[in-house]
Amino acid sequence: MNIIEFNKLTKYYGDVKGCKDIDFNVKEGEIFGFIGPNGAGKSTTIRTMLSLIYPTSGSVTIFGKDAIEFGPEVRQEIGYLPSEIFYYDKMKVEDLLKYSASFYDKDCTDRLYELAEIMELDLTRKIQDLSLGNKKKVGIVQGLLHRPKLIILDEPTSGLDPLMQKKFFALIKEENTMGATVLFSSHILSEVQQICDRVAIIKDGEIISIQEIKALKEDTYKKFTLKGEDLNDGKFAIDGVSNLLQTDNQVTFFFKGNVNNIIQIASGLNLKDILVEEPTLEEIFMHYYE
Amino acid sequence: MNIYKFELGMLKKSILIWALAIPAFFLFYVSFFPMMSGEGMDTIFEQFPEEFMAFFGMNAELPVSNILGYVALTYGMIQIPMAIQASNYGFHMLSVEERELTADFLLSKPISRTKIMVAKFLAAMTSLTIVNLAICASTILGIIMFRANQAVDWSAVIILLTTNVFFQLFFVSVGMFVSTVVKKVPSVLSLSMGLGIGLYIMSSLGTMLTSTLFHVITPYSHFAPAYILAEASYDWSLAWISFAIIILSLAGSYFFYLRRNIASL
Repeated sequence: MNIIEFNKLTKYYGDVKGCKDIDFNVKEGEIFGFIGPNGAGKSTTIRTMLSLIYPTSGSVTIFGKDAIEFGPEVRQEIGYLPSEIFYYDKMKVEDLLKYSASFYDKDCTDRLYELAEIMELDLTRKIQDLSLGNKKKVGIVQGLLHRPKLIILDEPTSGLDPLMQKKFFALIKEENTMGATVLFSSHILSEVQQICDRVAIIKDGEIISIQEIKALKEDTYKKFTLKGEDLNDGKFAIDGVSNLLQTDNQVTFFFKGNVNNIIQIASGLNLKDILVEEPTLEEIFMHYYE
Repeated sequence: MNIYKFELGMLKKSILIWALAIPAFFLFYVSFFPMMSGEGMDTIFEQFPEEFMAFFGMNAELPVSNILGYVALTYGMIQIPMAIQASNYGFHMLSVEERELTADFLLSKPISRTKIMVAKFLAAMTSLTIVNLAICASTILGIIMFRANQAVDWSAVIILLTTNVFFQLFFVSVGMFVSTVVKKVPSVLSLSMGLGIGLYIMSSLGTMLTSTLFHVITPYSHFAPAYILAEASYDWSLAWISFAIIILSLAGSYFFYLRRNIASL
């Protein structure tokens, strides 16, 4: 079953394109990555799902219902963590979280305190006295306290230290095992790699690829690094090689195809070292970014 | 209901300040009346040019030596802070989330924009009504205390006090309407001062230049205390314009707020 269905969703701000023809589905129980550089249209897409902005054309369906028409109903089951966190400055953390909880039909009090403890959040402080990281924690707690069926995270880890990031990911995975679907937007590819099942890549407001993380890493490129002498002769410029960088004593490139071809060429060379790696998603995506 | 309570909580301090300041301002001015009540004052004022008197709303049938004539003059002045407060709430309430970037918090909650708007509007009106009641109490009290034994047409006073709510509604709804049609409300304070004082000056100019054009657009003329206290009735030739503007502004605000694209950082 699809939790989110985008149908040719398009948003223009006057003449400026926010996003265009967004058209993909997120299945129940998935952790779905949404990747693209800053300004690619990630937040525009997400904010349309929450009726913060209205589409120019097309639509989004969440839990099988139109996200605009049935907005309040749909949002009962959505937890949203915005990328930039701002709350009523003069409130105490606890009061803000209780205010947040008061919008939901169910009683969220227990979960509120539980989450605050996991995230090591001081409930007695005022919002305005919090650091960026601590504000982010408030955001995480207010986004999860009603045990939403769909969790939407817009660049959730900025400002969190690595230890907190780890806790946060564990929390998201736990929610996911309990049945929550997650849409995870980020420009940091390694974190998407850690947690997501599938990923959509957005560039200039348009989805340019949707891939399984596993398939993306296994079936595609290998990254070769060869060290030796007199390597700067273009021998590796064969079919399947890309991003070829060669100097006298080092060659690096990505290769997709029959690895024997590379080994054959390499066997005729005087090498000091050879390294074959899985490229990081970052390196794979550079193709799309360029 | 939670939004209503929350918004009202945010306005607590503001309510307290306005509900003390405006009545104090009125009582302070009215306390001078016993010194003005003699015949002598009228002869002094007769020396002033008519335009000058008109600018301060003193050309009515009621002379300042009459308690209601004096109240008309003073009331015209406390209408200014009333207008500033009301337009402040109007400009503020629907724009604050975008200005302080809390919109992504509030509007992503499972609640419709209609409910948000109604809750915020009711919270503002509750605050204004509290201040309104304080003004009514201080007006009645001030007249009783400082009327210098003159007879008072209380029905005219009560009719004047009933205009407060419409006067406030005018500025709240116009402020709200403006805040929903412009891209951004940069400074609520300067806008509300501008609207509150600007329309007052326009009303005074209208009286001074005897131009109906000015009177048509400003609620200070629609609900002019001098007319109401003298006639013990609304000036229906003008008051209906305020009612129309209130209804149109509220409908317009609703229309535009529901369709608004909420800006983010």
